[in-house]
Amino acid sequence: MSDTAFAAVFYLFAALSVVPAIMIFVGRDVVHGAFWLLGTLAGFAGLYLMLGADFLGFTQILVYIGGILVLLLFGVMLTQRTPVLLGRTRAARAIPAGIATVALGLFLAKKLIGAPGMSRLSESLKVKGATEPGATRELGSLLLTDYILPFEIASVVLLAALVGAAYVARRGSGENP
Amino acid sequence: MTGPAGSLPLSTGRGSREATAIVYQELLNPHHAQTYTGRAYWGLFPFAALFVPVLTAGLFVAWEAVVHLTGLTRTTGEFWSVARPLLLGLGWVHVILIFITIFSMYAVWMERKVSAHMQCRTGPMEVGRIQGSIFLWKRFNFRLWPKSWSPHGWLQTLADGLKLMAKEDLIPKDADRWIFILAPIVAFTGVFISFLVIPFHGVLSSFIPADLDTGVFFFAAVTSIEAIGVIMAGWASNNKWALFGAMRAATQVVSYELPIGLAFLTAVVAAGSLRVSDIVAAQGPDYGMLAWFVFRSPFLLLAFVIYFISSLAECKRAPFDLPEAESELISGFHTEYSSMRFSIFFLAEYAAMYVVAAFAAVLFLGGWWTGIAPVDHFLADAAKSDGLLPRLAAVGIGVFAVVGKSMILVFFQMAARWTYPRARLDQVMYLCLKVFLPFGLLTLVGGTAWELWLEGGWPKALLG
Repeated sequence: MSDTAFAAVFYLFAALSVVPAIMIFVGRDVVHGAFWLLGTLAGFAGLYLMLGADFLGFTQILVYIGGILVLLLFGVMLTQRTPVLLGRTRAARAIPAGIATVALGLFLAKKLIGAPGMSRLSESLKVKGATEPGATRELGSLLLTDYILPFEIASVVLLAALVGAAYVARRGSGENP
Repeated sequence: MTGPAGSLPLSTGRGSREATAIVYQELLNPHHAQTYTGRAYWGLFPFAALFVPVLTAGLFVAWEAVVHLTGLTRTTGEFWSVARPLLLGLGWVHVILIFITIFSMYAVWMERKVSAHMQCRTGPMEVGRIQGSIFLWKRFNFRLWPKSWSPHGWLQTLADGLKLMAKEDLIPKDADRWIFILAPIVAFTGVFISFLVIPFHGVLSSFIPADLDTGVFFFAAVTSIEAIGVIMAGWASNNKWALFGAMRAATQVVSYELPIGLAFLTAVVAAGSLRVSDIVAAQGPDYGMLAWFVFRSPFLLLAFVIYFISSLAECKRAPFDLPEAESELISGFHTEYSSMRFSIFFLAEYAAMYVVAAFAAVLFLGGWWTGIAPVDHFLADAAKSDGLLPRLAAVGIGVFAVVGKSMILVFFQMAARWTYPRARLDQVMYLCLKVFLPFGLLTLVGGTAWELWLEGGWPKALLG
């Protein structure tokens, strides 16, 4: 892909992930926020795909869009039917919040502008080796050889969370534990 | 106040169980009148907008098809290296769109005919009647077809579709307008992009929109996007039935992803790859039908059964059509939808039927292999030959095999719909979490052990 096309696609996905993120905290409706999240998550998945990390990108779709977002919407809809309007921040809180935001923004902007490769976007984004075919196969074999211990620990932790959730959610757990 | 059900008195400070009870009380309040805004014939506009890109991309796709068949060398150059992927992508989009449209049209017709014949009726018979015939031999009154002949209502869906397009486009006044409008688009997009990894054939080279490294994983990931569209529809409609339908859809679709994922993994373990074309390549051309994954091990057979039944739940088909249960919820999440917006939900549903059937055909039923060993060998040889005729024949057979197998599975989806009564929600969840999930784990572990025991499958081990 030529550099201009690459940059165009990058800015498309960047806008897709940033604009909804802004809308989430500008907007006052919780359910709308949850729907805006769809755009942010999809934009991030697109960025991962662009970097050649297809497995990561599809995991983003599977876990965040297909799982977490659906459950989030489910929870929001089940508990609160009226649009839950978030109260406006009071002026007394706005001043320290504004100072903190501007300071953080300046700090990040300084770091980002000084970073190498900001001018040559496509080169800095093309991670060596990640775009070659067979990256997923490599990932799989690494997970089951070199990184087998962290992989297994993570799966045991997840299993423990699953068992715990089933215990908490089982029928009548509130009355006779 | 804008937004759905703005009048509901619900404070946010309650415990969730109490709040849920109040939500249900309010939802069941019969004094929930709905008013609508709408414009006639607006449904026509999105349809008309399709034509220009269809024509431009269609020409390019025709050219690429010629190149694909004849094996001509492609034109190269700076311009084409950028333009080809773009045009090809656009072309594939339109191939899939046209395929979905034609398939849905005839699937709806087929569904009506199947249901009719299962209930000793005839179904649509009249639309598309042909008056007049062509004489082959006038003296003996010998005609090509009867003088007044109706080929079993073959244009019924076209008539229905035209009616839907011409209908008024209604949006409830209290609906969340933008989410209401976006919902069918999101639902359709979710199904549409899962077509990316569905092969039409793979005989000469993989004729798949995108033969991804992680095709199966991609498919598992994107099928859940449709659920978000359904939730959006249910929430934005400002209708209690729609909301109930959306909640049911969310529960059901998220749960059934687990057994589907386990069934996929069993097939992936047998093939040793997540790429769709590799999985099909592992099912032929030797040993004919015995090489198909359904017959490779008892565990894969079980995985196929689990996948087929779970896919009914995933695309909300009866007996798992709780999200739109007509007898309880009017028509569930699309109660408030009419005109073209309603038909886009309908298109999404029928496209989802084809997609899951085609994926079952690819993963378990040998994809583009016909299951007849000599024919499969011919397919494998034709890929290497230069003659136009064998290449053309091979492509024809490949497309016929993939689409034919998928259509047979679609027929079984329809037959199941008109055979079984609708399951209750707790029965649906019981089937998923307490039957399919343990058995899915069994197929994964058992299938892996089987592959380690009989490397390369039993036909190779037994028949040599």
